Amino acid sequence: MLSSEILDAVSTSFSVFFQGKNFIRLLMGLWVTISIAAVSVVLSIFFGTIFGMIMTIKNRVVRILSKIYLEFMRIMPQLVLLFLAYYGLTRSLGISLSGETASILVFTLWGTAEMGDLVRGALQSVPRHQYESGMAIGLTNRQIFCHIVLPQTLRLLVPMSMNLVTRMIKTTSLVVFVGVIEVVKIGQQIIEGNRLKVPTCSIAVYAVIFFMYFFVCWVFSLLANILEKRQKE
Amino acid sequence: MKKAVWAVLVAGLALIFAGSAMAAKNDTGRTVEQIKKSKEIVIAVFCDKKPFGYVDENGEYQGYDVYFANRIAKDLGVKVKFVPVEPAARVEVLDTNKVDLVLANFTKTPERAQKVDFALPYMKVALGVVSKESALITAPEQLNGKTLIIVKGTTAETYFSENYPKVKLLKFEMYADAYKALLDGRGDAFSTDNTEVLAWAIENPGYKVGIESLGNLDTINPAIKKGNANLMKWLNEEIVKLGTENFFHADYEATLRAVYGAESDANSIVVEGGKI
Repeated sequence: MLSSEILDAVSTSFSVFFQGKNFIRLLMGLWVTISIAAVSVVLSIFFGTIFGMIMTIKNRVVRILSKIYLEFMRIMPQLVLLFLAYYGLTRSLGISLSGETASILVFTLWGTAEMGDLVRGALQSVPRHQYESGMAIGLTNRQIFCHIVLPQTLRLLVPMSMNLVTRMIKTTSLVVFVGVIEVVKIGQQIIEGNRLKVPTCSIAVYAVIFFMYFFVCWVFSLLANILEKRQKE
Repeated sequence: MKKAVWAVLVAGLALIFAGSAMAAKNDTGRTVEQIKKSKEIVIAVFCDKKPFGYVDENGEYQGYDVYFANRIAKDLGVKVKFVPVEPAARVEVLDTNKVDLVLANFTKTPERAQKVDFALPYMKVALGVVSKESALITAPEQLNGKTLIIVKGTTAETYFSENYPKVKLLKFEMYADAYKALLDGRGDAFSTDNTEVLAWAIENPGYKVGIESLGNLDTINPAIKKGNANLMKWLNEEIVKLGTENFFHADYEATLRAVYGAESDANSIVVEGGKI
């Protein structure tokens, strides 16, 4: 008796996915989320690696400047950065970016800072004697970097950067504030559209969004595991 | 070194904010000719506020504001591009030229009129307060010391913080979250435009609008960038012209009738030809 009622409630709340193109819309929203995150992640890894190497340079000015950049990106909430990129740039410099571009810009700047710090940490964790031993057997700087430093750095970097990647994917839900419609916002549109007819559907919609995020992030951690295992062999 | 880092950080921040404060640019948005030439008008609407502006299950924009927006685009002979907007960002999108026009249930207030220009009204509203039928709020004084749910950037927020400072306000960014909070019992009542709460209460048994009309009778107007006299003139002429064919009554029948019920009176909400 009671269980059939629950079953009924559950099936009505999930029925919203079969109205019109609702489920396809949600998947398209997920695609927006993934593509913004993917572009930002690729750019962040590229610029972050360079930034991380720059941070290891032993020069006072370079160190202070990169420290300022890193701290600024860490302290400022991503939402504030998004507003600065979307509205602030237009106000102060007259540059009008689309919501998507502003989001990718902010996530790349943020990802570069975080990734750079990870790369710096990984590079510096390679013990001094590893470099010295390389030099002692007559390797060039390039060879030392490619054959000694890089493999050890990557082993440390892979799990830490996967953590950053999943964080970036989840933070993309903020882009709705600069007018980009992604998966969470489409979920809210579906909830709003049905709030009078199926008020219970919010649970169903959020549950599906939960699994979507979970699945995307899970794929990344699987990938990380495979990479880690391959390196150990 | 730490001190130096902080000093530069603070200086940098100050520069950014000074930059945004100096944004007193003299541009006033696109003129009617420029819009026609680009073959597209950009209009900010709500994407999750049924029945005024929302996206339906097929991904199409619908609602009272959208119906009007489509007509404006048709009469200008251009395509329409909708930009979804959150309540608190409605002034900002005009200020930064992200859109030509805001048709997002935008209530005209003196504070807002200093930042954007409002054309003739096309709808009227007052505030309403919805609460549980078992603990019905029928006067705003009953809310003193209790928690009232509101949405950021709406007229309800300013009205209650100015006139009833003893009311505890629980603020949300989105309508969906505000309603959920009310259903979850995180506040004693929810206040926003009366049209909105009336429609919601019809569909949610156990909840009732105890205060149907609070505050001044406000109007809902199209908003454009401050100083855009050219577009303003066209819009006002358009609204007067639409009044002669009772356009907004047709809009009401198409979008609001189903929500407010067969007995509802269109004249309590609709404004024709800009005349209240």
